[in-house]
Amino acid sequence: MGSGSTPCASCKLLRRRCAKDCMFAPYFPPDDPQRFALVHKVFGASNVGKMLQELPVHQRADAVSSLVYEANARIRDPVYGCVGAISFLQNQVTQLQMQLAMAQAEIMSIQMQQDPTTALMQNQLELSDDKSFLLSTSDNFSDLQQYLNNYATSTGNVIQDPLKRESMWT
Amino acid sequence: MPTYSRCAACKYLRKKCPSDCIFSPYFPLNNPRRFENVHKIYGAGNIARMIQKIPVHLREHAIDSLHFEAHCRVEDPVYGCVKIISQLQAELNWAQNQLVKTQAEIALVLNIYGPKEEPFSDLQVNEEDDSCDIGYHNFQPNNYGLQPFDPSVLGYGLS
Repeated sequence: MGSGSTPCASCKLLRRRCAKDCMFAPYFPPDDPQRFALVHKVFGASNVGKMLQELPVHQRADAVSSLVYEANARIRDPVYGCVGAISFLQNQVTQLQMQLAMAQAEIMSIQMQQDPTTALMQNQLELSDDKSFLLSTSDNFSDLQQYLNNYATSTGNVIQDPLKRESMWT
Repeated sequence: MPTYSRCAACKYLRKKCPSDCIFSPYFPLNNPRRFENVHKIYGAGNIARMIQKIPVHLREHAIDSLHFEAHCRVEDPVYGCVKIISQLQAELNWAQNQLVKTQAEIALVLNIYGPKEEPFSDLQVNEEDDSCDIGYHNFQPNNYGLQPFDPSVLGYGLS
């Protein structure tokens, strides 16, 4: 069990004896009962235990953190959970990319007016830099895109009204 | 002979599929993997409990999002779909930094070269004569009609 005779948060909630080698104890200390309560409510203690057992010890802390995050998201938004956050963030990224593209076009336009040769050379250099980032290489990105295309836009509540959904995440 | 078909959930759980089965609208027989993933991560009991608390017209969306998250978790047992959120946050930060940098460059260039010269600025336009209207309007830099972005509203705080 965690430390001394205090049961960990999971054993306390499940009302069982907290063994010395309790699998949950390192990740659900007794001073934060809410953490385990969240994951238990969404995933169930036995499912969490099975997931942890399948992982090497050094990855379990990260797994628990992400499970807590997902559980928290699902409780705050029972319909969309983390997917609501993903949709909101993706919308923000798209907006920023548009702003960035317009700003870059603006600066290019100014430079072209003043010094076309240098502006063209500089533009060539910038285009050769790898500005592509992260998400397009994500393994789950194509699944996410398909999901968002099929379902999120039809709700009218996820993509089209990001500021309203934003209030769930502040 | 009457036909009896079960939904994917009831088939997986090896039980009868009643006419009012809570799973059957969302777990058709032709997609067994959908229920398998969801059951593996959340458990059938938790899913049923979650569905019951959601209005009927939103249940399909809830199941779709649960399935997506379960699928992500099966593919990545450590981070699940949180990895995508983390990547998006990083992309957001990068784009924000780039935007600030570019806007600073615009300010610098305008300082060096002065305000952008309006094309045809020396053209005399007769306001009353439409035939001379070249349709040029002043362009406002840094005001593209989009909402200004404030990253502090996110507050995801992933460590």
